[in-house]
Parts: sequence; structure tokens; C-alpha cells
Amino acid sequence: METVIRTEKLTKRFGDFIATNEITFEVKKGEIFGFLGANGAGKTTAMRMLCGLSIPSSGDAQVAGFDVYKQTEEIKKNIGYMSQKFSLYEDLTILENIKFFGGIYGLTDKQIKTKSDSLVEKLGLHNEAKKLVSGLPLGWKQKLSFSVAVLHDPKIVFLDEPTGGVDPLTRRQFWELIYDAADTGVTIFVTTHYMDEAEYCNRISIMVDGRIDALDSPVNLKKQFNANSMDEVFYQLARGAKRAE
Amino acid sequence: MQSVVLNNIKKVYGKDQKIAVDNVSFDVNQGELFGLIGPDGAGKTSIFRMLTTVLLPDGGSATVEGFDIVKDYKKIRNIVGYMPGKFSLYQDLTVAENLHFFATVFETTVEENYDLIKDIYIQIEKFKNRRAGKLSGGMKQKLALCCALIHKPAVLFLDEPTTGVDPVSRREFWEMLKRLQEQKITIIVSTPYMDEAKLCDRIALMQEGKILSIETPENIVESYPDKLYAIKANNMHALLKNMAAYEKTLNSYAFGEYAHASFTDVALTENELTEYLKGHGLSDIEIKKTEVTIEDCFIKLLKS
Repeated sequence: METVIRTEKLTKRFGDFIATNEITFEVKKGEIFGFLGANGAGKTTAMRMLCGLSIPSSGDAQVAGFDVYKQTEEIKKNIGYMSQKFSLYEDLTILENIKFFGGIYGLTDKQIKTKSDSLVEKLGLHNEAKKLVSGLPLGWKQKLSFSVAVLHDPKIVFLDEPTGGVDPLTRRQFWELIYDAADTGVTIFVTTHYMDEAEYCNRISIMVDGRIDALDSPVNLKKQFNANSMDEVFYQLARGAKRAE
Repeated sequence: MQSVVLNNIKKVYGKDQKIAVDNVSFDVNQGELFGLIGPDGAGKTSIFRMLTTVLLPDGGSATVEGFDIVKDYKKIRNIVGYMPGKFSLYQDLTVAENLHFFATVFETTVEENYDLIKDIYIQIEKFKNRRAGKLSGGMKQKLALCCALIHKPAVLFLDEPTTGVDPVSRREFWEMLKRLQEQKITIIVSTPYMDEAKLCDRIALMQEGKILSIETPENIVESYPDKLYAIKANNMHALLKNMAAYEKTLNSYAFGEYAHASFTDVALTENELTEYLKGHGLSDIEIKKTEVTIEDCFIKLLKS
């Protein structure tokens, strides 16, 4: 299996503070990789480095085959990103958003047209396509922003708490989109505070105080920590955190 | 006695008169820990803002500790504590200054009600000279709770205090709430996390401005009408697809490491289902009856 993310002792310091401390892991093509940790454990800093938004202090990493020090622009072209906080422009319509992001990612007008049509079809948004995004229910917005994040067929998509505040049905529909994308070979890198969602990942890493303290499949992690649920595994690891979160 | 009473409260927004709160009625008893459970857009924040008198209703009426939310707004403001979903303390004041400020605004002192916040405040005391804007998420949340409590309110409103908070900090926060409840404070709390619902005395399940159900968590779970099964196989995605396609499936959805499902045929045997799933290429199949959770009830309500 092709490796699409590889890190080796990846580290980021801010003055004396080591936000991300020598993390080493690999993610394979088509894998759903859950990136967990308590608030303040260093997840966001690590993700920013992997997305080419922050230069590491030391260590190495390649994302989609590109170096996180020297090839940040290539990385950005080959990944998709979605978070609950930023996803779509509320004062543009659905079609305008698709066109805008398609343009940013360098798709041709023809490609954008084809993508728009299939997306509207797939999400059943025919009646809403020309309406402002601000009027859409949150669940639809989340599904649309995921689709926009993978519009340019990236190798990897980074999802930062994509389901926060979403109702339990929509949360599950969202995961179906994730499964479908992974089936087509897109690698999913996802953070979440919902421990049931951790179970839907192929493998999970759990960060504590800047380090990765556990990394395995949910089944193996539960065995390793002699726990009944991922919630328990998380609790055992995170309650030992020294950082005043 | 009732601490908070809502009578057909309604709120609409904007030119297109979008209904945010749709004729909502419920009562909260004194000293009760009452939960508003629902996703974003359910109307939870609008209800909080009307009850704390920072937003006028478009219909209906409500009282807090016997005071009318429109006429007696000044009285209500003195006796409620409100922790909004968005961090709203003064970022450029220190921890200690924020606390002192809120105590003074309510014409009391930090010393006067220190007992009430002591358990929480000692966890952030070592940062008392740090500016609030420089605190981490968990510490901000604890400071906000202290500031909402410092005047010993009769009713405490907490709008999504645990959203975006990791599972360990969430658990600690709820332990704090339980201890506060022992001080006879009425607490109304909202959350999108269904697992927190069972820690409330009673909950209102909400969706799109409407109340779907108000009950104790135990009664909501007990009134679940179907037999619920937990099912596991070697591949979750394939399992979910096949469960959805099965003719005898009433409801099926992912639930952590298992899929939860109920069936139209109460006589369905585990063998029959196992054979069906095996026939579709699945292996390592495990089927067992499972306990219903609030999340299962919510999903059922959303689908009906």
C-alpha cells in the first residue's frame, strides 16, 4: 500500500513550549485515520504542519509525496481541508461556492461545470443550487463543504472536527460520505471529540502533551488498554496529561 | 415550586420570518438540572437569550423565579447567571480582575460567595494574574462558570458549555455541575452531546425550534418502542449498506464499533440475520440485544 503521509520525529516549538513533540507515524492511501487528543494536546499545530501552513522546528514529513519544509505549495494543491469553523462562503450561492473553490484549485470551466452538476445531483440540491449558503441547514452545509473540499480530487482530505454540533442522523450521513470517499482511494485524516466516531476510523492516534502516546486500530487499542470503549481508552490516556489545558 | 416557566414562547428572525423557536412550553422545577438537547439550529440559544432577557420573544410568555421576562427584566438580571456559548468575558482583564468585576457589578464581593466557586476557582487560581484572552479553552470555561456564579444566582443558564471540549474535560465539567446542584441552584444547560443528557434530571429533546419530547432520561429510554440490536461484522461500511438494504430492517445506523438496528419482524432470529449478512460477504458477525441510549431515541424521533 502506498504511504501518503509519513512523519519522522516531527516537532514544533514556540519558544520554550513544545507544541508537537517528535511525532512519528504513517498513513496509507485510502485509510481513514483518526487524529485524537485532548484540547491543547498539539493536534492543530501538527495538522497545520501537515497542510503546509506552518514550518516544523525539526523532524521530517512528507505529505502526498511532498516535503513539508520545501514543497508547501505542492502540498496545498494535493490536499483538501474542511473544518466546522471555516468551510463555505455564506453570502455566495451553492453554485458560486463550487465555482470559486474550483477556480482556486485551478480546475477548468468545463471541469467545474461537470463537477457542479454531479455534486448537485449526488446531494439532491437541485432546488437550492442558486440559493445562498447562509440559508442552508447546518447538516447540508457540512455535506456540501466536504464535497467542496474534495472537488479537486485531492489525495488526502483533512477534516478538523467536521461534525461538531451536528444532529446524530446528519453526523452518520456525513460519515457515509467519508466512507464513500475512502472507498475511491481518498485518504481521510480526521479529528473529532465524538468517541463513537473514533470507532469508524481504520486507525487512531491519541496525542497527549504534544506526543503520540497511542496508535493502532480501535480494536487493538481497546485490547491494549483493557477497555470496553474508545471513550475509556481516551480517558485513561488523557487524564495523565500534565499540560494545563 | 417552579423556577422557570415557558408558555408558547416564539421567536422569528429576519425578513423571511424564519421560525427559530416554535411555540415552546415547559417548566423547570427549583433545584432541577434541566437539559436542552439538540443540534445547532434547534433553537436552544434563542431560548436562553429570551429567558435571560437579552432578547424579546415574538409571542408567548415566560417567567423566571416568578418574574416576567419582558416586564421584570431588571429583576431577572439580578438573579440569573448566564454563560453564553461564545466566550464573553473581558479578554484584556486578568482572571482575578474578571471575577472581581462581575462580583462588583452584582453589588457583592468575591469573598461573600467564595464557597460556591471554590472547587472550580482553585483549579485556575495559579493563573489568576493571566489575562483571560491568554487562557486555554478549558480554563476559559472554568473562569466563565465562576463569573456566572459569583453573585449566587437562583438560576444558572449554561449554553453549550462543553461544545468542542474533549471527553475528559467534559466529564469534569459535569461533575462540577452535579456539585452545584447540591447548592439548590436551578440549572438549565444545553448540549449537542447526547451522552450528557443522561446526567440531567429531565431533558427536552429539540430539533428546528420544536420540542420533540420532555421527560426524565430514564423514561425516554424506557418508552423506546422497538427491540434494539447491536451488530458487528468485519467491515462496518459494508455492514451498514447491507443492513439498510435488508427488507426486515426498520432502522439501522452506525453506533461506535457496532451498528444499531431494529426490525419490522419481531420474530426475526439471529440466525436468519447472520445468514443474510454472510450471504453478502460479511464475516465475524456478532449480534446481540442492546440497551437503548438517548441517542437512539433521538434518532428514532428524527426519523419519525
